[in-house]
Amino acid sequence: MSIDRALSGTGSWLDDRFRGAKGFRTFFRKIFPDHWTFLLGEIALYTFIILLLTGTFLALWFKPSMTEIVYHGSYLKFDNMRMSEAYASTLNISFDVRGGLLIRQIHHWAADLFVAAILAHMLRIFFTGAYRKPREINWLIGIVLFTLSLLEGLFGYSLPDDLLSGAGLRITQGVLQSIPVVGTYLSFFLFGGQYPGQYIIPRMYILHVLLIPGLFMALIGAHLFIMFHQKHTQMPGKGRTSQNVVGAPMYPYFMAKTGAFFFFTFAVVSLAATFAQINPIWIYGPYNPLAISSGSQPDFYMGFLEGSLRIMPAWQWVVFGHTFAFNVFIPALLPLGLIMTGAALWPFIEQWITGDKREHHVNDRPRNSPTRTALGMGAVSFYGVLWLEGANDVLAQHLDVPLYTITRIAQVAVFAVPILAYIITKRICLGLQRKDLHLLEHGVETGVIRQLPSGEFVEDTRPLDEEARAKLARPEPLALTPGDASDPVPPPGMRRSVGRVKVRLNKVLHESVPVNGHGTDGHGAAPDGEHAPAAISAASGTADEDAPGTDDH
Amino acid sequence: MSDSTAGHRPGDSDLTGSGSAAGLPPDGNASDGEAGAEETGTAPHRVIGTPPPAQARTLLGTGPAADAGGDGAVAPRELPADPPDLASAKRAERVVVACFIVAMLAGFGFIAAYLIFSVHSVTNVLHSNLALGSTMAIAFLALAVGATIWVRRLMPDVELTEQRKPLRSSPEDRAAFAQTFEEGADASQFTKRPLVRRTLIAATVPVALAPIVLLRDMGPLPGKSLDRTVWRKGLRLLNYGANTPIRPSDFSSPGGMITVVPDGYQDDFDALAKAAVIIIKFGPGQIVYGTKPYPVPGAVVPNWSVNNIVAYSKICTHVGCPAALYEQTTHHILCPCHQSTFDAARGAKVIFGPATRPLPQLPMTTDAEGYLVAQSDFTEPVGPSFWERG
Amino acid sequence: MTRTTARRRHPAAGYAVILLGLVSVGLAYSAITSGSSTSATPPSIALTAQLSQVSQGYAIFKADCSSCHGLLAQGVPGVGPSLIGVGAAAVDFQVSTGRMPSKGPANENVRKPLEISSPAQIHAVAAYIASLGGGPAIPTAAQVSMTGASAGFGQQLFVADCAQCHNFVGAGGALTYGKFAPPLTVSTPTQIYEAMLTGPEAMPVFNNTTITPQEKRDIIAYVVQTRAEPNPGGLSLGRVGPVTEGLVAFLGMLLFMVFAALWITAKHGKAHE
Repeated sequence: MSIDRALSGTGSWLDDRFRGAKGFRTFFRKIFPDHWTFLLGEIALYTFIILLLTGTFLALWFKPSMTEIVYHGSYLKFDNMRMSEAYASTLNISFDVRGGLLIRQIHHWAADLFVAAILAHMLRIFFTGAYRKPREINWLIGIVLFTLSLLEGLFGYSLPDDLLSGAGLRITQGVLQSIPVVGTYLSFFLFGGQYPGQYIIPRMYILHVLLIPGLFMALIGAHLFIMFHQKHTQMPGKGRTSQNVVGAPMYPYFMAKTGAFFFFTFAVVSLAATFAQINPIWIYGPYNPLAISSGSQPDFYMGFLEGSLRIMPAWQWVVFGHTFAFNVFIPALLPLGLIMTGAALWPFIEQWITGDKREHHVNDRPRNSPTRTALGMGAVSFYGVLWLEGANDVLAQHLDVPLYTITRIAQVAVFAVPILAYIITKRICLGLQRKDLHLLEHGVETGVIRQLPSGEFVEDTRPLDEEARAKLARPEPLALTPGDASDPVPPPGMRRSVGRVKVRLNKVLHESVPVNGHGTDGHGAAPDGEHAPAAISAASGTADEDAPGTDDH
Repeated sequence: MSDSTAGHRPGDSDLTGSGSAAGLPPDGNASDGEAGAEETGTAPHRVIGTPPPAQARTLLGTGPAADAGGDGAVAPRELPADPPDLASAKRAERVVVACFIVAMLAGFGFIAAYLIFSVHSVTNVLHSNLALGSTMAIAFLALAVGATIWVRRLMPDVELTEQRKPLRSSPEDRAAFAQTFEEGADASQFTKRPLVRRTLIAATVPVALAPIVLLRDMGPLPGKSLDRTVWRKGLRLLNYGANTPIRPSDFSSPGGMITVVPDGYQDDFDALAKAAVIIIKFGPGQIVYGTKPYPVPGAVVPNWSVNNIVAYSKICTHVGCPAALYEQTTHHILCPCHQSTFDAARGAKVIFGPATRPLPQLPMTTDAEGYLVAQSDFTEPVGPSFWERG
Repeated sequence: MTRTTARRRHPAAGYAVILLGLVSVGLAYSAITSGSSTSATPPSIALTAQLSQVSQGYAIFKADCSSCHGLLAQGVPGVGPSLIGVGAAAVDFQVSTGRMPSKGPANENVRKPLEISSPAQIHAVAAYIASLGGGPAIPTAAQVSMTGASAGFGQQLFVADCAQCHNFVGAGGALTYGKFAPPLTVSTPTQIYEAMLTGPEAMPVFNNTTITPQEKRDIIAYVVQTRAEPNPGGLSLGRVGPVTEGLVAFLGMLLFMVFAALWITAKHGKAHE
């Protein structure tokens, strides 16, 4: 009773000043759809919070200075050895601060999980088409967040000034230097002079603890606000249309679930930090520009850049006293540039190809967009081949394969594997679509066998219930500017070679198993490639894509 | 769509107009009956739209007009009060309580571990890390599991629907915005006085450029510094580590390799990042010499080596890692970062990998006391390629 | 249906595809891998106390080594190098790590179970080879003692001249053409000393005027201390670095979170009790 009174008293006091009753009520009653893939972004959010907390702890002891001192701490092997203050303070945190090693390891494991979760979340958004209108801006914000997370991680693990991360810094400097025209200037400005100089660690520090986290908080705030304002998408299912959200309310359900998930996130990172050693800088030793180890790799999210550097043939031009170091700046800029630019432009490219300007609030199942899913898997495998190549010396040692052979294989695979992945993924999607269609048309096998009077045995099937039908149904793809077939003048979007390319691409993008009865044997596009009869989609009354307020100007 | 018969919710004791305030117990039979009456075992399905004003409910004490609608009818429940199977909920409750107790104990365990386990040695840190980490992990895991079971088994299942509003503003709203915007633009005179507008834009240009200009002193201009290292005539090669000078007779075993640094710069990282050198001792007849007194591709400069000892820059010409892995049987120098491979017997010519230039050779000779010294600086820039390198 | 489609539906089709996949991967792997040698059966040599050490050594040499290195250790071209002048230290290293006797000239010589296992026998062969042309001697106990050695200084030397092949802590690394620098996890101080001194296989030679005996002891102290050092942060994950850490991040943590997500959002199904 008294708790209620206290709550209502406080609430009343605040409400007198902020008029919050209506707003909070709306907030509490907000509906969140439920699907496990919707929690991937939350992993990133909660690891970010963990990073902020543990990072603050570490900052209480870390000294971002490259001044050389003589070490006299508890790691006796290095007693009386010279090292930078940054390295010495990291040793101090690890060996002379209670909980220091644990918090350091939580921080680093959380950073790895942060990037892994962003990757998984980004792929989920892509494969379900959740980047489509009205969520294009949020997709772009997400890509910026992803890029920032790579940089943040790079600066973070380079702060302790150990041999492994220092080698990475040297590579970064060599890459910067190779950029035509401005490379040397960029390098000298970033490092405050020649490499390594005295400035890079303090500069990375302020980027890592102030500037980039500030950007993160602003962008994550925007990302979440937009998601709130536009409401979350939902997977197809019974009763779920493009005009509603079906799920459970924020209070108490979603709050409780997300709270539980936060604890799970913290738990898994603590588990890793307890039982799996990460970044043992005392093993690597302090940085020295003339020392290096075999098996030097950056953290996994930079692995694909490392692989690009290893895979590139030795190619340069020297023209009129100037060097185009293609062997360095192409691998540094091209794969990352391709993937990021491609990803950023994709929602708009897809919109251009399909001519689809409707709002989308119901996700696609990946199999229902075979071309998009196949393209995504192509990009993933491109990334994956480069990633594996980044570990080529470790692979060579542990798999007993000659070093150069791995690179040669990778040089071929980086082109062949994405193409193979595209083809195989597409076939798999089409096959799954066929299976779904079969279920929709013929129902589920019951296991009951009957013998007909003619002597034939048949298995009884039971039609799917409404909920299952709703999950399997496919939204009707939009026809690209339906025109009159008899009209010799094509509609505006389909004229000239650009228009013809658009029509072609549209056909490829909409390749799916047609939904029209037993028609063809199911693969490839139907002759005009872009229709599905309304029968099955409409019958279940779901996934109706005519969202309110659509405008096709 | 049935609704709460009693017409109130637990805790609503001071809601005006809500009938018998303290009458029914919070999770009592009433709600049980409700649950039974509402549906037949499946979650209730309701639509949340914009409820009629008279039915707005608030937790915040004496709500104003909305609650004092006074018609006596209170809003129907949107959420069921209890899960359908209370017995199973009771069992689940015990599990949840157990989880939270474990979490509490583990939390205290964490504090105890912090106080008990000291650090200051590798073994101590190992124990401390295990103790602190496992108590923390157990605490969080127990909280997580308890919270999950709470949501899944103690809270009643619901599936509610909320309508989306179109994202596009209505035409009236758009028109009103457009009008406000235009009126303001007119009032501001921005469009009517082009000189004001243009000079404003002109004024902002230096303001935008100033922060960039302020960054100029972040670093010196590269100038020619990348073309040179600290090596010069007569500078001794020191065996890195003990930093002692080297006589050819000391470095006499064929197949030998060692890192050397310039005398006086053994602790200067800025210098070492370009000036680190490896010397390699070959057996007789293994080196392929060129015929010119300057570097030619695929050959060692003859009068730059001493007694079959050759000196190469240790800084890989790809992106600057120390290229130090030397195989005496193949004479290959392998850079472990990206596998650029150089043939040390042939002027460090590139034979595999992404590097485009051979490792520069350091001109070497001996001084009066017989120690190895440099004849001069490298005759080309060391390390990674850059635009102005030529 | 077409014939392909019909065969696709065969009950054994799934197994056939998996089998085909496994076989292809296996064939591809064996095509590119560079296998290492394994041991053969050890010979038995009877030693009599009367023979001098060098004669004993010669007897063993004749039986186990001369087929590749020649009866006078002068070498057999294309098969085995000359051993004249390599020194007792080289012989002790090669034989006490089991690299020698080798299975054949084409194999890379790796540490394997000893064929000549008695230290007396090994020293005898070493003495015989030393008698032919001198060379570095087997280090004494004092020379490999870690008392008074500085592991910290050894670390500086190790990362400058050894880690690029052997990795930060001596976990080993890949070289060219299928060779590799072995891990140093079981090497004895004597073997480490001898390896530096004699430069076996592709390893460079670090004689005692290049890396002094004191420096060698420092390096030995570093290697031995570091490999014995516990991992305070938990499992070492091979001390290989970010490669294994990334695997743990994806296959461990992310997978765990996916399972947690599946559990939290799972529907109860029709019978919710």
